[in-house]
Amino acid sequence: MSAALQVERLNRTFGALLVTRDVSLTLDRGARHALIGPNGAGKTTLVNLITGALKPNSGCVLLNGEDITKVNQAERARRGLARTFQINQLFRGLTVLENIGMCISERDGYANNLWRAVGTKRVILDEALDHLDSLRLVDDALKLVRELPYGRQRLVEIAIALAQKPRVLLLDEPAAGVPSSESHLILDVVAALDPNIAVLIIEHDMDVVFRFAKEITVLVQGAVLTQGTPDVIMNNEQVKAVYLGQEGHRGGRHG
Amino acid sequence: MATPDPRAAIARRHRVRPIEALPWLLAVAAFFLLPDYAYLGTQVMILILFALSLDLILGYAGIVTLGHAAFFGIGAYTVGLAAARLGWSEPISGLFAAAIVAGLVGFITGWFLLRYRGLTLLMLTLATAILLQETGNLRSDISGGYDGLPGLTFKPLFGVFDYDLYGHTYYLYVLSVLVVVFFFVRRIVYSPFGQALTGVRENVRRMHAIGSPVHRRLVTVYTIAAAIAGVAGALFTQTNAYVTLTVFDFDNSAKVMVMLILGGTGRLYGAFVGAAVYMVLEDYFSKLSPTFWQFGIGLVLVLAVLFTPRGVLGVFESIGKYFSEEKKS
Repeated sequence: MSAALQVERLNRTFGALLVTRDVSLTLDRGARHALIGPNGAGKTTLVNLITGALKPNSGCVLLNGEDITKVNQAERARRGLARTFQINQLFRGLTVLENIGMCISERDGYANNLWRAVGTKRVILDEALDHLDSLRLVDDALKLVRELPYGRQRLVEIAIALAQKPRVLLLDEPAAGVPSSESHLILDVVAALDPNIAVLIIEHDMDVVFRFAKEITVLVQGAVLTQGTPDVIMNNEQVKAVYLGQEGHRGGRHG
Repeated sequence: MATPDPRAAIARRHRVRPIEALPWLLAVAAFFLLPDYAYLGTQVMILILFALSLDLILGYAGIVTLGHAAFFGIGAYTVGLAAARLGWSEPISGLFAAAIVAGLVGFITGWFLLRYRGLTLLMLTLATAILLQETGNLRSDISGGYDGLPGLTFKPLFGVFDYDLYGHTYYLYVLSVLVVVFFFVRRIVYSPFGQALTGVRENVRRMHAIGSPVHRRLVTVYTIAAAIAGVAGALFTQTNAYVTLTVFDFDNSAKVMVMLILGGTGRLYGAFVGAAVYMVLEDYFSKLSPTFWQFGIGLVLVLAVLFTPRGVLGVFESIGKYFSEEKKS
């Protein structure tokens, strides 16, 4: 059976700068994979290359065995590739329920309908409420996103991605910008994700990474430094030198 | 207190509220109470229709354009040329023809232009309108150039109701078209497609990420808006019995945008309020100073954008919200 997501020798430059060099990565079905590396290592760029927000200079991306390198971003999303953003990308002027409902109606092609009123299709609202329920956001359903505290907005960000019913989910620092007293709410959600979804998470908090991930890729200056299980990574001298050591100096998480 | 079912609140949103009868009652009342102003009223309603089409793309989908007059002009010239050159002067079929031709041009130009956003799109839409105008100028043997096509005649409506000197027939005709088109637009705005347009306006990156075919959505709404602007243009030609190339003027594109911003974008009735406010201001300022009246309009626009960025309707909404919250507490 083919891997859920396979990235092969991706390269990308910004002008003279090599931001992604020969990166290869495989996520099996239900994978729990963490992508770590110092700031500027090219982690978000890699996510953008995988989702199609950026085009690679060379290399390819396979989703469930199909080559999607030439496929546009929206079509990749429709084929089951979802992401969250490091900085919230939400419909701030709409209610939480509408944010989720929009996602479902795009997923099911219902958004092509010009004639029937939003909200007359119960199944969409029911499903949206289910998603909100599982993230304990129901009480905020009719609030505008921009009126929510940042931590809850981060949850909406995840709720939208989950409403896409993805097979592969890319989480770009899901708890970024959330005070540490609340970040566990988000990380609990991440830990409880459907085991059938292959998850790639970018995260700076090493405790979270080692608890969550079954496999870790370390990215440094655009290239893969090493890949392996948490045990292997934890004891890798190179990783300690370039990343974990630094992390110790900075004393914990950063956005 | 138990929270009410959020589904019900969403499901109720598209229903017609009693207050929405107000503009239509005013329009009917004006017909009976101010019969001498029937011509002015007709022109206001045409502008409302034009502004409504802009609201669909600017207010809902967030497409900024300075060339919307292109479609108004195409509609105006479709019926003008059909009547002058082909002898096709039946008004209602003319409206459909104008909608189709303008919609087609909207589809083709939109397909190319809507890959761009912001300033680039602004310039390209502006250029489109100028190109069309100059094409008309180049072939003034057909278009009549800046002298236009004067003295057009149109057949009576349904073959029965003829044009009268006071413009009463046309008032009711334009009002009927406005009602039909308005409720068509209203339907679209409250549909899942309309919601997706709002999504594009609010956050296009997210729309891509959830798999929305953004370009297709934009081209679709641009085509519809172009067709409606075309209908407005056709009504302009029919009710004035002439058309000149000035319909493509930048002034025409800018005016309709000013109206919409004054009235409030993305709220359907902003077009009504905006067109009415604009006409009143124009009337007032041009009496005050026939040469410099645009200064007054400009000043009001600057103040409106600074202090009421959501337009006149936005102000009313804020007042309404303030009082309903007072009541609750």
